[in-house]
Amino acid sequence: MGALIEARGLTKRFDSFVAVAGIDVDVFRGEVFGFLGPNGAGKSSTMRMIGCVSPVSSGTLRVLGMDPAVDGPRIRARLGVCPQENWLDEELTVRENLLIYGRYFGLPRRTLADRAAELLAFVQLTDKADAQVADLSGGMKRRLTIARALVNEPEIMLLDEPTTGLDPQARHLVWDRLIQLRQEGVTLVLTTHYMDEAEQLCDRLVVMDGGTIVAEGSPLDLIRAHATREVVELRFVAGRQQALAAEVADLADRVEVLPDRVLLYTQDGDAAANAVHQRGLSPPGILVRRSSLEDVFLRLTGRTLVD
Amino acid sequence: MAALIARVVPIPPVRGRGWLLVERNLMVYRHDWLVLVSGFFEPLFYLLSIGVGIAPLVGNFQVGGHAVSYPAFIAPAMLAASAMNGAIADTTYNLFFKLKYAKLYDAVLATPLRPVDIATGEICWALIRGGLYSAAFLLTMLALGLVFSWWAVLALPAAVLVGFAFAAAGMAGTTFMRSWQDFEFISLAILPMFLLSATFFPLSTYPPVVRLLVELTPLYHGVALLRALTLGTPSWQLLVSVAYLAAMAGVSLWVSSRRIGRVLLK
Repeated sequence: MGALIEARGLTKRFDSFVAVAGIDVDVFRGEVFGFLGPNGAGKSSTMRMIGCVSPVSSGTLRVLGMDPAVDGPRIRARLGVCPQENWLDEELTVRENLLIYGRYFGLPRRTLADRAAELLAFVQLTDKADAQVADLSGGMKRRLTIARALVNEPEIMLLDEPTTGLDPQARHLVWDRLIQLRQEGVTLVLTTHYMDEAEQLCDRLVVMDGGTIVAEGSPLDLIRAHATREVVELRFVAGRQQALAAEVADLADRVEVLPDRVLLYTQDGDAAANAVHQRGLSPPGILVRRSSLEDVFLRLTGRTLVD
Repeated sequence: MAALIARVVPIPPVRGRGWLLVERNLMVYRHDWLVLVSGFFEPLFYLLSIGVGIAPLVGNFQVGGHAVSYPAFIAPAMLAASAMNGAIADTTYNLFFKLKYAKLYDAVLATPLRPVDIATGEICWALIRGGLYSAAFLLTMLALGLVFSWWAVLALPAAVLVGFAFAAAGMAGTTFMRSWQDFEFISLAILPMFLLSATFFPLSTYPPVVRLLVELTPLYHGVALLRALTLGTPSWQLLVSVAYLAAMAGVSLWVSSRRIGRVLLK
Protein backbone atom coordinates (compact mmCIF):
# COMPACT_ATOMS: atom_id res chain seq x y z
CA MET A 1 0.00 0.00 0.00
CA GLY A 2 1.20 3.48 -0.86
CA ALA A 3 2.07 6.19 1.59
CA LEU A 4 -0.66 8.52 2.89
CA ILE A 5 1.77 11.40 2.61
CA GLU A 6 4.48 11.31 0.01
CA ALA A 7 6.93 14.16 -0.54
CA ARG A 8 9.79 14.26 -3.03
CA GLY A 9 12.18 17.16 -3.15
CA LEU A 10 9.57 19.18 -1.24
CA THR A 11 10.69 22.79 -1.06
CA LYS A 12 9.28 25.99 0.46
CA ARG A 13 10.76 29.36 -0.38
CA PHE A 14 9.79 32.76 1.00
CA ASP A 15 11.36 35.26 -1.39
CA SER A 16 15.04 34.43 -1.06
CA PHE A 17 14.71 32.47 2.19
CA VAL A 18 14.52 28.69 1.86
CA ALA A 19 12.46 27.29 4.74
CA VAL A 20 12.29 23.71 3.46
CA ALA A 21 15.09 22.62 1.13
CA GLY A 22 14.00 19.60 -0.85
CA ILE A 23 12.95 16.89 1.61
CA ASP A 24 11.71 13.36 0.91
CA VAL A 25 9.16 11.99 3.35
CA ASP A 26 6.76 9.03 3.42
CA VAL A 27 4.12 8.62 6.09
CA PHE A 28 2.16 5.36 6.18
CA ARG A 29 -1.30 4.59 7.48
CA GLY A 30 -1.59 4.06 11.20
CA GLU A 31 1.83 5.29 12.21
CA VAL A 32 2.87 8.18 14.40
CA PHE A 33 5.37 10.22 12.46
CA GLY A 34 7.41 13.03 13.97
CA PHE A 35 9.25 16.06 12.66
CA LEU A 36 11.87 16.89 15.22
CA GLY A 37 14.04 19.96 15.06
CA PRO A 38 14.99 23.29 16.58
CA ASN A 39 12.95 26.44 15.94
CA GLY A 40 13.29 27.54 12.34
CA ALA A 41 14.18 24.06 11.07
CA GLY A 42 11.26 24.08 8.63
CA LYS A 43 8.89 21.80 10.57
CA SER A 44 5.91 24.12 10.59
CA SER A 45 6.35 25.09 6.94
CA THR A 46 6.33 21.40 6.06
CA MET A 47 3.19 20.84 8.14
CA ARG A 48 1.44 23.77 6.47
CA MET A 49 2.20 22.36 3.04
CA ILE A 50 0.86 18.97 4.08
CA GLY A 51 -2.21 20.69 5.51
CA CYS A 52 -2.85 22.28 2.10
CA VAL A 53 -2.70 25.83 3.43
CA SER A 54 0.67 26.73 1.96
CA PRO A 55 1.53 26.27 -1.71
CA VAL A 56 4.50 24.04 -2.53
CA SER A 57 7.37 26.07 -4.06
CA SER A 58 8.88 23.08 -5.87
CA GLY A 59 9.06 19.31 -5.64
CA THR A 60 6.05 17.06 -5.40
CA LEU A 61 3.63 16.37 -2.58
CA ARG A 62 0.79 13.87 -2.50
CA VAL A 63 -1.56 13.70 0.47
CA LEU A 64 -4.08 10.86 0.55
CA GLY A 65 -3.09 10.25 -3.06
CA MET A 66 -4.06 13.75 -4.16
CA ASP A 67 -2.22 16.92 -5.13
CA PRO A 68 -2.81 19.78 -2.64
CA ALA A 69 -2.60 22.35 -5.43
CA VAL A 70 -5.58 20.75 -7.19
CA ASP A 71 -7.59 19.05 -4.47
CA GLY A 72 -6.92 21.20 -1.39
CA PRO A 73 -10.52 21.26 -0.10
CA ARG A 74 -11.00 17.55 -0.79
CA ILE A 75 -7.83 16.67 1.14
CA ARG A 76 -8.58 19.04 4.00
CA ALA A 77 -11.97 17.38 4.39
CA ARG A 78 -10.09 14.28 5.59
CA LEU A 79 -7.44 15.98 7.75
CA GLY A 80 -7.58 17.08 11.36
CA VAL A 81 -5.35 20.03 12.14
CA CYS A 82 -4.14 21.11 15.55
CA PRO A 83 -2.22 24.35 14.91
CA GLN A 84 0.50 25.61 17.20
CA GLU A 85 -1.53 28.59 18.47
CA ASN A 86 -4.91 26.80 18.66
CA TRP A 87 -6.83 29.49 16.75
CA LEU A 88 -10.01 28.75 18.65
CA ASP A 89 -13.04 30.93 18.07
CA GLU A 90 -12.92 33.11 21.17
CA GLU A 91 -16.32 34.63 20.52
CA LEU A 92 -17.99 31.25 20.99
CA THR A 93 -18.36 28.75 23.81
CA VAL A 94 -16.46 25.48 24.05
CA ARG A 95 -19.32 23.41 22.62
CA GLU A 96 -20.10 25.96 19.91
CA ASN A 97 -16.50 25.77 18.75
CA LEU A 98 -16.98 22.10 17.97
CA LEU A 99 -20.41 22.60 16.42
CA ILE A 100 -19.43 25.34 14.02
CA TYR A 101 -16.17 23.65 13.08
CA GLY A 102 -18.10 20.53 12.18
CA ARG A 103 -20.44 22.67 10.10
CA TYR A 104 -17.42 24.00 8.15
CA PHE A 105 -16.87 20.37 7.14
CA GLY A 106 -20.46 20.19 5.97
CA LEU A 107 -21.62 17.84 8.72
CA PRO A 108 -25.30 17.90 9.66
CA ARG A 109 -26.26 19.54 12.96
CA ARG A 110 -27.91 16.42 14.34
CA THR A 111 -24.70 14.39 13.95
CA LEU A 112 -22.67 17.18 15.45
CA ALA A 113 -24.65 17.50 18.66
CA ASP A 114 -23.79 13.90 19.56
CA ARG A 115 -20.24 14.11 18.30
CA ALA A 116 -19.52 17.29 20.24
CA ALA A 117 -20.66 15.58 23.44
CA GLU A 118 -18.45 12.55 22.74
CA LEU A 119 -15.43 14.67 21.93
CA LEU A 120 -15.83 16.83 25.01
CA ALA A 121 -15.90 13.67 27.11
CA PHE A 122 -12.83 12.37 25.27
CA VAL A 123 -10.78 15.47 26.15
CA GLN A 124 -12.37 15.80 29.61
CA LEU A 125 -14.06 19.11 29.01
CA THR A 126 -17.68 18.05 29.46
CA ASP A 127 -18.21 20.31 32.46
CA LYS A 128 -16.75 23.24 30.52
CA ALA A 129 -19.09 22.80 27.55
CA ASP A 130 -20.80 26.15 28.04
CA ALA A 131 -17.75 28.11 29.16
CA GLN A 132 -16.32 30.89 27.04
CA VAL A 133 -13.10 29.83 25.34
CA ALA A 134 -11.27 32.89 26.64
CA ASP A 135 -11.75 31.60 30.21
CA LEU A 136 -10.01 28.26 29.63
CA SER A 137 -6.50 27.43 30.80
CA GLY A 138 -3.75 26.74 28.27
CA GLY A 139 -4.09 23.00 28.70
CA MET A 140 -7.86 23.10 28.28
CA LYS A 141 -7.55 25.17 25.11
CA ARG A 142 -5.11 22.64 23.75
CA ARG A 143 -7.48 19.77 24.50
CA LEU A 144 -10.34 21.64 22.89
CA THR A 145 -8.18 22.18 19.81
CA ILE A 146 -7.53 18.46 19.66
CA ALA A 147 -11.24 17.74 19.99
CA ARG A 148 -11.96 20.27 17.27
CA ALA A 149 -9.44 18.61 14.96
CA LEU A 150 -11.29 15.32 15.45
CA VAL A 151 -14.74 16.62 14.63
CA ASN A 152 -14.62 15.36 11.01
CA GLU A 153 -13.19 11.95 12.04
CA PRO A 154 -9.95 12.59 10.14
CA GLU A 155 -7.72 9.93 8.64
CA ILE A 156 -4.61 11.98 9.27
CA MET A 157 -4.14 14.31 12.18
CA LEU A 158 -1.53 17.06 11.96
CA LEU A 159 -0.30 18.35 15.31
CA ASP A 160 2.10 21.27 15.38
CA GLU A 161 3.92 21.22 18.74
CA PRO A 162 0.99 19.65 20.58
CA THR A 163 2.34 20.14 24.10
CA THR A 164 4.47 23.27 23.91
CA GLY A 165 3.74 25.53 26.85
CA LEU A 166 1.72 22.98 28.83
CA ASP A 167 2.37 21.94 32.42
CA PRO A 168 3.34 18.28 33.06
CA GLN A 169 -0.20 17.15 33.94
CA ALA A 170 -1.68 18.71 30.84
CA ARG A 171 1.10 17.24 28.71
CA HIS A 172 0.47 13.73 29.95
CA LEU A 173 -3.24 14.08 29.37
CA VAL A 174 -2.58 15.16 25.78
CA TRP A 175 -0.15 12.27 25.30
CA ASP A 176 -2.69 9.78 26.64
CA ARG A 177 -5.26 11.02 24.16
CA LEU A 178 -2.84 10.86 21.26
CA ILE A 179 -1.83 7.32 22.15
CA GLN A 180 -5.51 6.39 22.29
CA LEU A 181 -6.07 7.89 18.84
CA ARG A 182 -3.18 5.95 17.44
CA GLN A 183 -4.68 2.75 18.82
CA GLU A 184 -7.87 3.63 17.01
CA GLY A 185 -5.90 3.74 13.77
CA VAL A 186 -5.62 7.49 13.20
CA THR A 187 -2.36 8.42 11.48
CA LEU A 188 -0.64 11.11 13.50
CA VAL A 189 1.93 13.53 12.16
CA LEU A 190 3.44 15.83 14.73
CA THR A 191 6.24 18.32 15.17
CA THR A 192 8.05 18.77 18.42
CA HIS A 193 11.27 19.92 19.92
CA TYR A 194 10.76 17.79 23.00
CA MET A 195 12.82 14.61 22.85
CA ASP A 196 10.80 12.77 25.47
CA GLU A 197 7.67 13.50 23.47
CA ALA A 198 9.22 12.10 20.30
CA GLU A 199 10.49 9.04 22.18
CA GLN A 200 7.13 8.43 23.81
CA LEU A 201 4.91 8.90 20.81
CA CYS A 202 6.70 8.46 17.51
CA ASP A 203 7.08 5.21 15.61
CA ARG A 204 9.26 6.97 13.12
CA LEU A 205 10.70 10.43 12.91
CA VAL A 206 12.94 12.70 10.93
CA VAL A 207 15.31 15.21 12.46
CA MET A 208 15.23 18.51 10.56
CA ASP A 209 17.79 21.29 10.69
CA GLY A 210 18.05 24.29 8.41
CA GLY A 211 15.30 23.04 6.11
CA THR A 212 16.81 19.63 5.46
CA ILE A 213 16.44 16.18 6.97
CA VAL A 214 19.61 15.25 8.83
CA ALA A 215 18.51 11.85 10.13
CA GLU A 216 15.55 9.53 10.09
CA GLY A 217 14.40 6.29 11.69
CA SER A 218 12.71 5.03 14.84
CA PRO A 219 13.80 6.69 18.10
CA LEU A 220 15.81 3.58 18.94
CA ASP A 221 17.46 3.46 15.49
CA LEU A 222 18.50 7.05 15.83
CA ILE A 223 20.00 6.52 19.26
CA ARG A 224 21.91 3.50 17.98
CA ALA A 225 23.15 5.28 14.90
CA HIS A 226 24.05 8.64 16.34
CA ALA A 227 24.82 8.13 20.00
CA THR A 228 26.53 5.51 22.14
CA ARG A 229 24.52 3.22 24.36
CA GLU A 230 25.30 5.07 27.57
CA VAL A 231 26.44 8.46 28.76
CA VAL A 232 28.50 9.28 31.85
CA GLU A 233 27.99 12.79 33.17
CA LEU A 234 30.87 14.10 35.27
CA ARG A 235 30.33 17.24 37.31
CA PHE A 236 33.51 19.05 38.17
CA VAL A 237 34.16 22.34 39.88
CA ALA A 238 33.61 25.09 37.35
CA GLY A 239 36.67 26.08 35.34
CA ARG A 240 38.40 22.70 35.50
CA GLN A 241 36.37 20.90 32.84
CA GLN A 242 38.69 21.57 29.92
CA ALA A 243 41.78 20.21 31.70
CA LEU A 244 39.99 17.16 33.07
CA ALA A 245 38.36 16.36 29.77
CA ALA A 246 41.82 15.75 28.33
CA GLU A 247 42.57 13.26 31.13
CA VAL A 248 39.46 11.16 30.45
CA ALA A 249 39.33 11.49 26.68
CA ASP A 250 40.62 7.96 26.09
CA LEU A 251 37.83 6.42 28.23
CA ALA A 252 35.02 7.26 25.81
CA ASP A 253 34.06 7.14 22.14
CA ARG A 254 33.40 10.84 22.31
CA VAL A 255 33.77 13.55 24.94
CA GLU A 256 31.75 16.71 25.17
CA VAL A 257 32.56 19.63 27.46
CA LEU A 258 29.66 21.71 28.79
CA PRO A 259 29.89 24.69 31.17
CA ASP A 260 29.00 22.61 34.22
CA ARG A 261 29.93 19.05 33.25
CA VAL A 262 31.81 16.72 30.96
CA LEU A 263 29.88 14.07 29.01
CA LEU A 264 31.47 10.73 28.13
CA TYR A 265 29.69 8.86 25.34
CA THR A 266 30.45 5.18 25.80
CA GLN A 267 29.11 1.64 25.32
CA ASP A 268 29.71 0.76 28.97
CA GLY A 269 28.98 3.59 31.37
CA ASP A 270 29.85 1.76 34.61
CA ALA A 271 33.26 0.74 33.30
CA ALA A 272 34.03 4.30 32.27
CA ALA A 273 32.86 5.64 35.63
CA ASN A 274 35.10 3.14 37.47
CA ALA A 275 38.05 4.12 35.34
CA VAL A 276 37.50 7.77 36.22
CA HIS A 277 37.58 6.85 39.94
CA GLN A 278 40.70 4.71 39.51
CA ARG A 279 42.53 7.68 38.05
CA GLY A 280 41.81 9.51 41.29
CA LEU A 281 39.76 12.24 39.62
CA SER A 282 36.72 11.72 41.86
CA PRO A 283 34.34 14.37 40.56
CA PRO A 284 31.81 15.65 43.10
CA GLY A 285 28.95 14.41 40.90
CA ILE A 286 28.82 11.41 38.62
CA LEU A 287 25.83 9.97 36.77
CA VAL A 288 25.58 7.02 34.44
CA ARG A 289 22.51 7.03 32.19
CA ARG A 290 21.19 5.54 28.98
CA SER A 291 21.61 7.89 26.07
CA SER A 292 18.46 9.56 24.84
CA LEU A 293 17.10 11.16 21.75
CA GLU A 294 18.24 14.45 23.21
CA ASP A 295 21.87 13.39 22.83
CA VAL A 296 21.17 12.48 19.21
CA PHE A 297 19.39 15.73 18.61
CA LEU A 298 22.10 17.92 20.07
CA ARG A 299 24.75 15.95 18.23
CA LEU A 300 22.97 16.45 14.92
CA THR A 301 21.76 19.99 15.28
CA GLY A 302 24.46 21.43 17.51
CA ARG A 303 24.28 23.25 20.81
CA THR A 304 24.34 26.71 19.34
CA LEU A 305 21.14 28.63 19.80
CA VAL A 306 19.23 28.93 16.56
CA ASP A 307 16.41 31.40 16.77
CA MET B 1 -30.95 9.92 -10.63
CA ALA B 2 -29.13 12.37 -8.43
CA ALA B 3 -26.62 9.67 -7.54
CA LEU B 4 -26.03 8.96 -11.20
CA ILE B 5 -25.43 12.62 -11.98
CA ALA B 6 -23.08 12.83 -9.01
CA ARG B 7 -21.11 9.93 -10.43
CA VAL B 8 -20.96 11.20 -13.97
CA VAL B 9 -20.38 14.88 -13.24
CA PRO B 10 -17.37 15.48 -11.01
CA ILE B 11 -19.07 17.63 -8.42
CA PRO B 12 -16.53 19.03 -5.98
CA PRO B 13 -17.17 18.08 -2.34
CA VAL B 14 -17.71 21.73 -1.49
CA ARG B 15 -19.54 24.30 -3.48
CA GLY B 16 -20.14 27.77 -2.12
CA ARG B 17 -19.97 27.22 1.58
CA GLY B 18 -19.79 30.90 2.40
CA TRP B 19 -23.07 30.79 4.25
CA LEU B 20 -21.37 28.75 6.99
CA LEU B 21 -19.63 31.96 8.01
CA VAL B 22 -23.09 33.53 8.27
CA GLU B 23 -24.08 30.65 10.52
CA ARG B 24 -21.01 31.29 12.63
CA ASN B 25 -21.82 34.99 13.00
CA LEU B 26 -25.41 34.20 13.93
CA MET B 27 -24.05 31.94 16.65
CA VAL B 28 -21.93 34.80 18.00
CA TYR B 29 -24.78 37.31 17.95
CA ARG B 30 -27.09 34.91 19.73
CA HIS B 31 -25.01 35.77 22.78
CA ASP B 32 -25.29 39.52 22.42
CA TRP B 33 -28.25 40.31 20.24
CA LEU B 34 -28.39 43.76 21.84
CA VAL B 35 -25.38 44.74 19.76
CA LEU B 36 -27.38 43.72 16.71
CA VAL B 37 -30.40 45.75 17.76
CA SER B 38 -28.33 48.86 18.42
CA GLY B 39 -27.58 49.08 14.71
CA PHE B 40 -31.20 50.07 14.04
CA PHE B 41 -30.94 53.30 15.95
CA GLU B 42 -28.05 55.19 14.44
CA PRO B 43 -29.74 56.15 11.16
CA LEU B 44 -33.01 56.82 12.98
CA PHE B 45 -31.31 59.36 15.21
CA TYR B 46 -29.93 61.11 12.17
CA LEU B 47 -33.34 61.19 10.59
CA LEU B 48 -35.03 62.51 13.72
CA SER B 49 -32.40 65.15 14.41
CA ILE B 50 -32.63 66.48 10.89
CA GLY B 51 -36.37 65.97 10.44
CA VAL B 52 -37.32 67.60 13.73
CA GLY B 53 -34.48 70.03 14.19
CA ILE B 54 -33.23 71.20 10.84
CA ALA B 55 -36.20 70.73 8.48
CA PRO B 56 -38.21 73.75 9.74
CA LEU B 57 -35.17 75.98 9.16
CA VAL B 58 -34.80 74.82 5.56
CA GLY B 59 -38.33 74.55 4.22
CA ASN B 60 -39.27 72.97 0.90
CA PHE B 61 -37.21 73.00 -2.25
CA GLN B 62 -37.29 71.80 -5.82
CA VAL B 63 -35.99 68.46 -7.01
CA GLY B 64 -36.58 67.61 -10.68
CA GLY B 65 -39.47 70.04 -10.83
CA HIS B 66 -41.18 68.73 -7.67
CA ALA B 67 -41.45 70.51 -4.38
CA VAL B 68 -39.84 68.29 -1.76
CA SER B 69 -39.67 68.72 2.00
CA TYR B 70 -36.20 68.56 3.52
CA PRO B 71 -36.86 65.34 5.50
CA ALA B 72 -38.14 63.65 2.32
CA PHE B 73 -34.99 64.79 0.55
CA ILE B 74 -32.59 63.69 3.21
CA ALA B 75 -34.15 60.41 4.40
CA PRO B 76 -33.12 58.31 1.35
CA ALA B 77 -29.61 59.77 1.63
CA MET B 78 -29.45 58.66 5.25
CA LEU B 79 -30.60 55.23 4.15
CA ALA B 80 -27.79 55.03 1.59
CA ALA B 81 -25.22 56.41 4.04
CA SER B 82 -26.21 53.96 6.77
CA ALA B 83 -26.03 51.07 4.31
CA MET B 84 -22.52 52.25 3.51
CA ASN B 85 -21.45 52.77 7.12
CA GLY B 86 -22.82 49.43 8.30
CA ALA B 87 -21.11 47.56 5.49
CA ILE B 88 -17.82 49.36 6.08
CA ALA B 89 -17.87 48.69 9.82
CA ASP B 90 -18.51 44.99 9.32
CA THR B 91 -15.87 44.43 6.68
CA THR B 92 -13.07 46.68 7.91
CA TYR B 93 -12.57 46.86 11.69
CA ASN B 94 -14.40 43.63 12.44
CA LEU B 95 -12.76 41.80 9.60
CA PHE B 96 -9.27 43.07 10.35
CA PHE B 97 -9.57 41.82 13.91
CA LYS B 98 -10.68 38.38 12.80
CA LEU B 99 -8.02 38.27 10.10
CA LYS B 100 -4.98 39.42 12.06
CA TYR B 101 -5.69 38.87 15.73
CA ALA B 102 -8.38 36.27 16.31
CA LYS B 103 -6.88 34.14 13.50
CA LEU B 104 -10.41 33.01 12.79
CA TYR B 105 -9.81 32.51 9.08
CA ASP B 106 -6.60 30.56 9.57
CA ALA B 107 -8.65 27.98 11.44
CA VAL B 108 -11.42 28.15 8.84
CA LEU B 109 -9.00 27.53 5.98
CA ALA B 110 -7.85 24.28 7.59
CA THR B 111 -11.33 22.96 6.72
CA PRO B 112 -12.66 22.47 3.18
CA LEU B 113 -13.61 26.15 3.00
CA ARG B 114 -11.70 28.40 0.61
CA PRO B 115 -10.79 32.10 0.64
CA VAL B 116 -13.66 32.88 -1.72
CA ASP B 117 -16.06 31.27 0.79
CA ILE B 118 -14.75 33.54 3.52
CA ALA B 119 -15.14 36.62 1.32
CA THR B 120 -18.66 35.78 0.16
CA GLY B 121 -19.70 34.57 3.61
CA GLU B 122 -18.64 37.68 5.49
CA ILE B 123 -20.11 39.97 2.83
CA CYS B 124 -23.32 37.98 2.91
CA TRP B 125 -23.50 38.47 6.64
CA ALA B 126 -22.91 42.21 6.31
CA LEU B 127 -25.73 42.38 3.75
CA ILE B 128 -28.22 40.40 5.81
CA ARG B 129 -27.57 42.60 8.78
CA GLY B 130 -27.58 45.77 6.68
CA GLY B 131 -30.73 44.62 4.89
CA LEU B 132 -32.57 44.30 8.21
CA TYR B 133 -31.57 47.82 9.23
CA SER B 134 -32.55 49.19 5.83
CA ALA B 135 -35.94 47.50 6.00
CA ALA B 136 -36.58 48.96 9.44
CA PHE B 137 -35.51 52.37 8.20
CA LEU B 138 -37.80 52.19 5.18
CA LEU B 139 -40.74 51.25 7.39
CA THR B 140 -39.97 54.23 9.59
CA MET B 141 -39.91 56.47 6.52
CA LEU B 142 -43.26 55.05 5.50
CA ALA B 143 -44.69 55.76 8.94
CA LEU B 144 -43.38 59.32 8.83
CA GLY B 145 -44.93 59.90 5.40
CA LEU B 146 -41.60 60.14 3.61
CA VAL B 147 -42.31 57.49 0.97
CA PHE B 148 -44.12 58.78 -2.12
CA SER B 149 -44.28 55.92 -4.60
CA TRP B 150 -44.48 52.17 -5.08
CA TRP B 151 -41.02 52.43 -6.59
CA ALA B 152 -39.87 52.49 -2.97
CA VAL B 153 -40.32 48.72 -2.86
CA LEU B 154 -37.11 48.58 -4.91
CA ALA B 155 -35.35 50.76 -2.36
CA LEU B 156 -34.61 47.73 -0.17
CA PRO B 157 -32.70 45.74 -2.83
CA ALA B 158 -31.07 49.01 -3.90
CA ALA B 159 -29.89 49.66 -0.33
CA VAL B 160 -28.54 46.11 -0.20
CA LEU B 161 -26.68 46.78 -3.45
CA VAL B 162 -25.12 49.90 -1.91
CA GLY B 163 -24.11 47.75 1.07
CA PHE B 164 -22.69 45.07 -1.22
CA ALA B 165 -20.50 47.56 -3.08
CA PHE B 166 -19.11 49.07 0.11
CA ALA B 167 -18.77 45.76 1.97
CA ALA B 168 -16.73 44.27 -0.84
CA ALA B 169 -14.62 47.40 -1.26
CA GLY B 170 -14.05 47.64 2.49
CA MET B 171 -12.99 44.03 2.60
CA ALA B 172 -10.62 44.42 -0.33
CA GLY B 173 -9.07 47.49 1.33
CA THR B 174 -8.75 45.70 4.68
CA THR B 175 -6.65 42.92 3.18
CA PHE B 176 -4.03 45.57 2.40
CA MET B 177 -4.02 47.07 5.91
CA ARG B 178 -0.87 46.58 7.94
CA SER B 179 -1.99 48.07 11.27
CA TRP B 180 -4.88 49.93 12.92
CA GLN B 181 -3.29 53.23 11.87
CA ASP B 182 -4.02 52.43 8.25
CA PHE B 183 -7.74 52.66 9.00
CA GLU B 184 -7.37 56.43 8.96
CA PHE B 185 -7.44 56.08 5.19
CA ILE B 186 -10.89 54.57 5.36
CA SER B 187 -12.25 57.42 7.47
CA LEU B 188 -10.55 59.78 5.07
CA ALA B 189 -12.53 58.28 2.20
CA ILE B 190 -15.84 57.75 3.99
CA LEU B 191 -16.39 61.00 5.87
CA PRO B 192 -16.11 63.43 2.92
CA MET B 193 -18.30 61.12 0.88
CA PHE B 194 -20.91 61.09 3.64
CA LEU B 195 -20.92 64.88 3.92
CA LEU B 196 -20.56 65.86 0.30
CA SER B 197 -22.16 63.24 -2.00
CA ALA B 198 -25.35 65.20 -2.49
CA THR B 199 -26.50 63.80 0.82
CA PHE B 200 -27.43 66.98 2.68
CA PHE B 201 -27.92 69.31 -0.29
CA PRO B 202 -28.57 68.85 -4.02
CA LEU B 203 -25.84 68.33 -6.57
CA SER B 204 -26.81 71.56 -8.33
CA THR B 205 -25.26 73.50 -5.46
CA TYR B 206 -21.79 72.68 -6.78
CA PRO B 207 -19.85 74.34 -9.62
CA PRO B 208 -19.60 72.02 -12.67
CA VAL B 209 -16.06 70.73 -11.99
CA VAL B 210 -16.82 69.70 -8.43
CA ARG B 211 -20.12 68.26 -9.59
CA LEU B 212 -18.27 65.92 -11.91
CA LEU B 213 -16.01 64.86 -9.08
CA VAL B 214 -18.96 64.11 -6.80
CA GLU B 215 -20.65 62.13 -9.57
CA LEU B 216 -17.67 59.81 -9.61
CA THR B 217 -18.12 58.72 -5.97
CA PRO B 218 -20.03 55.53 -5.23
CA LEU B 219 -22.12 57.05 -2.45
CA TYR B 220 -23.43 59.67 -4.86
CA HIS B 221 -24.84 56.86 -7.00
CA GLY B 222 -26.30 55.14 -3.96
CA VAL B 223 -28.01 58.34 -2.85
CA ALA B 224 -29.27 59.14 -6.35
CA LEU B 225 -30.72 55.65 -6.66
CA LEU B 226 -32.51 55.59 -3.31
CA ARG B 227 -33.74 59.15 -3.57
CA ALA B 228 -35.32 58.54 -6.97
CA LEU B 229 -36.99 55.38 -5.71
CA THR B 230 -38.49 56.81 -2.51
CA LEU B 231 -39.53 60.08 -4.16
CA GLY B 232 -40.93 58.14 -7.11
CA THR B 233 -38.86 59.91 -9.77
CA PRO B 234 -36.98 57.08 -11.49
CA SER B 235 -35.16 57.55 -14.80
CA TRP B 236 -33.05 55.45 -17.13
CA GLN B 237 -30.00 57.17 -15.71
CA LEU B 238 -30.42 55.09 -12.58
CA LEU B 239 -29.26 52.06 -14.51
CA VAL B 240 -25.84 53.71 -14.72
CA SER B 241 -25.81 53.94 -10.93
CA VAL B 242 -26.85 50.30 -10.61
CA ALA B 243 -24.14 49.22 -13.05
CA TYR B 244 -21.55 51.36 -11.25
CA LEU B 245 -22.36 49.80 -7.85
CA ALA B 246 -22.60 46.27 -9.24
CA ALA B 247 -19.24 46.60 -10.97
CA MET B 248 -17.66 47.97 -7.80
CA ALA B 249 -19.08 45.02 -5.84
CA GLY B 250 -17.95 42.42 -8.37
CA VAL B 251 -14.42 43.67 -8.81
CA SER B 252 -13.93 44.19 -5.08
CA LEU B 253 -15.23 40.72 -4.27
CA TRP B 254 -12.78 39.21 -6.73
CA VAL B 255 -9.89 41.24 -5.28
CA SER B 256 -10.93 40.27 -1.73
CA SER B 257 -10.94 36.55 -2.45
CA ARG B 258 -7.55 36.73 -4.10
CA ARG B 259 -6.06 38.84 -1.34
CA ILE B 260 -7.40 36.70 1.51
CA GLY B 261 -5.76 33.73 -0.19
CA ARG B 262 -2.56 35.69 -0.64
CA VAL B 263 -2.44 36.90 2.96
CA LEU B 264 -3.35 33.63 4.69
CA LEU B 265 -2.14 30.86 2.40
CA LYS B 266 1.57 31.63 2.51
